[in-house]
Amino acid sequence: MSNIIIKERDIVIPGEVLAEGMDYLPGDNTYREQDKIYSKVVGLASISGRVVKITPLSGPYLPKVGDKIIGKVIDIAFSGWRVDTGTAYSAMLNVKDATSRFIRKEENLSEILAIGEYVVAKIVNVTSQNLIDLTMREPGLYNISGGRIIKINSQKVPRVIGKQGSMISLIKEKTGCDITVGQNGLVWLKGTPEGELLAEKAIHLIEEKAHTEGLTERMQKFLDEQRSKVSH
Amino acid sequence: MSYTQRLDGRAIEELRPMEAQAGVIPNAAGSAYFKIGKTTCYAAVYGPRELFPRFLQDPKKGVLRCHYSMMPFSGSGERIRPGNNRRAQEISLVMTKALEPVIDLTAFPNAVVDVFVDLPQTDAGTRCAAISAAAIALADAGIPMRDMVSSVAVGQVDGTVVADLMYDEEAYEGVVSDIPVAMTHNTKEVTLLQMDGEISKDHLLKALELAAKVTEKVYELQKKALKTKFTGA
Repeated sequence: MSNIIIKERDIVIPGEVLAEGMDYLPGDNTYREQDKIYSKVVGLASISGRVVKITPLSGPYLPKVGDKIIGKVIDIAFSGWRVDTGTAYSAMLNVKDATSRFIRKEENLSEILAIGEYVVAKIVNVTSQNLIDLTMREPGLYNISGGRIIKINSQKVPRVIGKQGSMISLIKEKTGCDITVGQNGLVWLKGTPEGELLAEKAIHLIEEKAHTEGLTERMQKFLDEQRSKVSH
Repeated sequence: MSYTQRLDGRAIEELRPMEAQAGVIPNAAGSAYFKIGKTTCYAAVYGPRELFPRFLQDPKKGVLRCHYSMMPFSGSGERIRPGNNRRAQEISLVMTKALEPVIDLTAFPNAVVDVFVDLPQTDAGTRCAAISAAAIALADAGIPMRDMVSSVAVGQVDGTVVADLMYDEEAYEGVVSDIPVAMTHNTKEVTLLQMDGEISKDHLLKALELAAKVTEKVYELQKKALKTKFTGA
């Protein structure tokens, strides 16, 4: 006899019973003990078929292969750069993964990427000890100049981007900013000073209201209101 | 001879009025406010972040560190010397031991999760308030946890088993014992058990039964605090 205890989109806390009986399977951020499935984090419950899983509402960024992240160069090593990812683990960007250009042995690496610069890079490898390797040799990966970097909770990144990028293109269109969102929660904005401020405000508002429904419509209204205020 | 009427008029098994709130410190990864009677407590969680010095790192899982501190003006008379002392060190350690069984840091090797607990006002039961607040703050920070931990002191005042002693009861004339207990919600595992004073075996068993009952009340409040924060109500 199996029954599900929570409803779709319910907010659960760690240790809360999600389902009883062996007919359901524990998905992400849940675990089974005897015949019950429990939650491991604070999050939104979702049920797909027999699998019960939790979408976390807060929490640290876990590096995954293929993620596009924004990082800050913090050190220059013998054959590459050490990049701060905004987590407990820094990443390594090797010379051969940084540029397609040939780099001579005696070349000064700080002329290519200096300490303190930000880069948009992709994770190519993560070890069990969370040692991260990055690459920039793919389209859409570059080092950042100008604009501003803001930090949001990495769990809110999917909401900032929206379905098929709907939310981010809305903000880009309304503020005239160039925006890149890193999966680690760092966001790069570049545009007019007013546009950047408005985009920053909008992104923080999304972060705050991330789990509410009808967010895109709400943001559309917010951005229009703010823009009409500026033009008066 | 026995203690039938409590000094503040509470029922024998009644806790002092409690308040809890999650997410009170925006700069922290997770935070909580917990108040029981006059004991007030703030907890803030930072991390997972890099752990230095290196020899403290554990390559298999992340490390949990708790820091307990009473503020200089938190007592009821003399200024309390701030910073680390023997008592704060002990409480920091028992807090870590009380929370470690439920938190799962296997995803964060070599990293550390720091929990800072500060008490602006104290009136007995500080380590229990600290653990209850820290559990809310850790959940708020999104650290994977097997269960919640709730903590309350129980004890015996002049032959009567009572819940949640306040300072005046700890200082009551006669045989008194104060037993801080922390328990997990689902499995009712005891993760903290200390005692100060004297108690008979029968009373101790009765006190532990009472602890299981009253920690449940704290759990309900912790749950409410977390749900309130995330529903935005």
